[in-house]
Amino acid sequence: MPRPSLAPRGGVRRRLSVTAAAVGVALVAAGCSSASGPAEAAPYEAAPSDLSASITYGVWDQAQVEAIEANLDGFAELYPDIDVSVNVTPYADYFTKLQTQASSDSLPDLFWLNGPNFQLYASNGKIEPITGAVEAGDIDTADYPEALVDLYSLDDVQYGVPKDMDTIGVWVNEALFEQAGVPLPEADWTWDDFQETAATISEALSAEGAYGGAGGMDGQTTYYDTIFQAGGEVVADDGKASGYDTPEAEEGLQFWTDLIASGGSPSIQQLTDTPADQWFTSGKLAMYWGGSWLNAAVSESPVSGTTDVLPLPAGEEQATVIHGVSNVVSSGSEEKQAAQALQVYLAGEEAQQQQGDMGAVIPAFADTQQGFVDSAPDRDLQVFLDAVDYARPLPVSKNAAAWNALENADLPGAFSGDEPVADVASSLGERMTALLEKE
Amino acid sequence: MSHDTTTPTRTPAAPAATTPPAPRRRVLQRDGAWPWVFVSPLAAGILVFFVWPVLQTAYYSFTSWGVFGGSTFTGLANYARLVVDPQLWTALGNTLIYTGIVLLGVPLAVWLASLLNTPGLRFASFYRVLFFLPYVAMPTAIAMVWRIIFNGDFGVLNYLLGRVGIEGPYWISTPGAAIVAVAVVGLWSSLGFAMIILGAGLKAVPPELYEAAELDGATPWRQFRSVTVPLLTPSIFFVLIITIISSFQLFDLQFAILGSQNPVLPKSLSLVYFFYQQGFIANDKGYAAAIAIFIFVLIGLVTLLQFRLQKKWVQS
Repeated sequence: MPRPSLAPRGGVRRRLSVTAAAVGVALVAAGCSSASGPAEAAPYEAAPSDLSASITYGVWDQAQVEAIEANLDGFAELYPDIDVSVNVTPYADYFTKLQTQASSDSLPDLFWLNGPNFQLYASNGKIEPITGAVEAGDIDTADYPEALVDLYSLDDVQYGVPKDMDTIGVWVNEALFEQAGVPLPEADWTWDDFQETAATISEALSAEGAYGGAGGMDGQTTYYDTIFQAGGEVVADDGKASGYDTPEAEEGLQFWTDLIASGGSPSIQQLTDTPADQWFTSGKLAMYWGGSWLNAAVSESPVSGTTDVLPLPAGEEQATVIHGVSNVVSSGSEEKQAAQALQVYLAGEEAQQQQGDMGAVIPAFADTQQGFVDSAPDRDLQVFLDAVDYARPLPVSKNAAAWNALENADLPGAFSGDEPVADVASSLGERMTALLEKE
Repeated sequence: MSHDTTTPTRTPAAPAATTPPAPRRRVLQRDGAWPWVFVSPLAAGILVFFVWPVLQTAYYSFTSWGVFGGSTFTGLANYARLVVDPQLWTALGNTLIYTGIVLLGVPLAVWLASLLNTPGLRFASFYRVLFFLPYVAMPTAIAMVWRIIFNGDFGVLNYLLGRVGIEGPYWISTPGAAIVAVAVVGLWSSLGFAMIILGAGLKAVPPELYEAAELDGATPWRQFRSVTVPLLTPSIFFVLIITIISSFQLFDLQFAILGSQNPVLPKSLSLVYFFYQQGFIANDKGYAAAIAIFIFVLIGLVTLLQFRLQKKWVQS
């Protein structure tokens, strides 16, 4: 039978533990260092084609590796002596790992960064500005959607350009519309049209357990969009205040409370058990507010043949959330020149065109997106590209994760109708502003 | 699993208060440094991977942390904030509920282990494997399966409850029900381990005692109560200690069953989840370190208390 360790006895062990403690304290003291500000842009010089280096490229999406490998083949023709190894870390662990790597100065030379995490890395000097490449004309920020270019700039310094982009649209299941005897909405529909359609379909198909619409706890695909559409904002332009305690934001939240209250959407509990995208791909949901990235999942699902896409219904104004991933260079990289060469190449038209043609994502470079649209001709994927015109960047700040946690904690109560939307919005706004002021 | 057949009734852990016997020190002196040389590989590992991080955590609990390292000493500020944080007390309450429910598995395991120990039981090893499987399966894999079972609309649990006229709740998305759901899975998956330990303890009970009890006319229930349970107390004690410690460390099972986006999380999180949330989601590592030290001290105190109380009920 295993025995738990005995209580300490005798002097030897005690002496040893005292030594250990002393060593530990010394090491702890040695580990202290002070935080640093944004990185100064080092002088930029385009890499010579005979540059010999070995660099790492950190990404999180296995599904895109094939397209990346194709990009790297093109890169190897320009720089035959730069060896690139691609490190894939699943998204769920990616940012936890990245933070550990950043703390120990062992970041990949080039890596993917997303909007919510960008400012954290930029303001702490962990990533290199692209100022040099832009001044040399190797990257032209005008080639990419403005909202996304802004996402990767902090205090007027640009740290990267988007490598891809996604916007939000309404995925519709035509078969359920037909079954419910409801005509498909027009593309220029409004909030009221959506609410009415959702409630009607839910009622008609209640025997099948199917629903017309669905809310959920993912801001990017739901309440951020409606807050923008109501004329509100999530984070004020100066990044110092929350936009939640405004009548517009309240209206944007109320939209989802109304949808659940009318029966147009499954309850928050049901959506916790089974997320909205799964309701849709399993044929139990007629209208799903979802990102362009859902395309691959829809194509593989049973509803693939009966799916179309509509623009989001308009509120006070039309709006959608746009987001895209960026390639950034680690400021601590020892092969910075090689990493920048790859960063520039991946941002270029040729590499972007290739990404789009392989259908992995919507590339961000202007006029390289047709490949994505053509990848599913029976769905109007053009909707996601047209949405760029009125797209707003995903709300972020230096420590977005902290207030994202508040949203997740507070908003379900408002959506379920347990607490008045106005109360939740003002309390959330207050605490979020306090967090933003600390950043 | 090996066990000592000659001294079946010995306490697995020596009482903390006994003074070291004199001969032991002489043995140490005679052997010189050799014992330390032999344990040094293990000791080095423990020092580097356990002791040092614990000390670091203790130090950092007095600091405010930058996101990428770099800390400022803030004294007791983290602890002052911790004791008035309502989340801490929610988390503590949930952890206690979880521990309480999982502990119900201990009497269950005693009963099942003694059933499995019935002389002449066919397929005993098969049953043992069956009960032990959940313990060796990966918690995330288990959680995925249970998540589907618990699904409010499409789960098999609510389907079965519906057949007998009970409308089951949304198990993992109703405050209150969520922690119970997690605890049921925790109980189920820890049963196998407890049964193996208790089974080994049962094997060490001398059969003569049962024969004697039978001659005295004791019923099987009486034998269970007056022979099996008292002689099994050292094993039960060990199982209790291990179960309580692992219950206080509840994290992965909860993380996987409830999911990180679950709206009931703020009301249902465990102590370690609270720690994870502050340290890795809110990037507040100094505060998280203070939570970790709180958990560390709490587990230490509870275990110490158990060792103190064991003298009252564990047979030695």
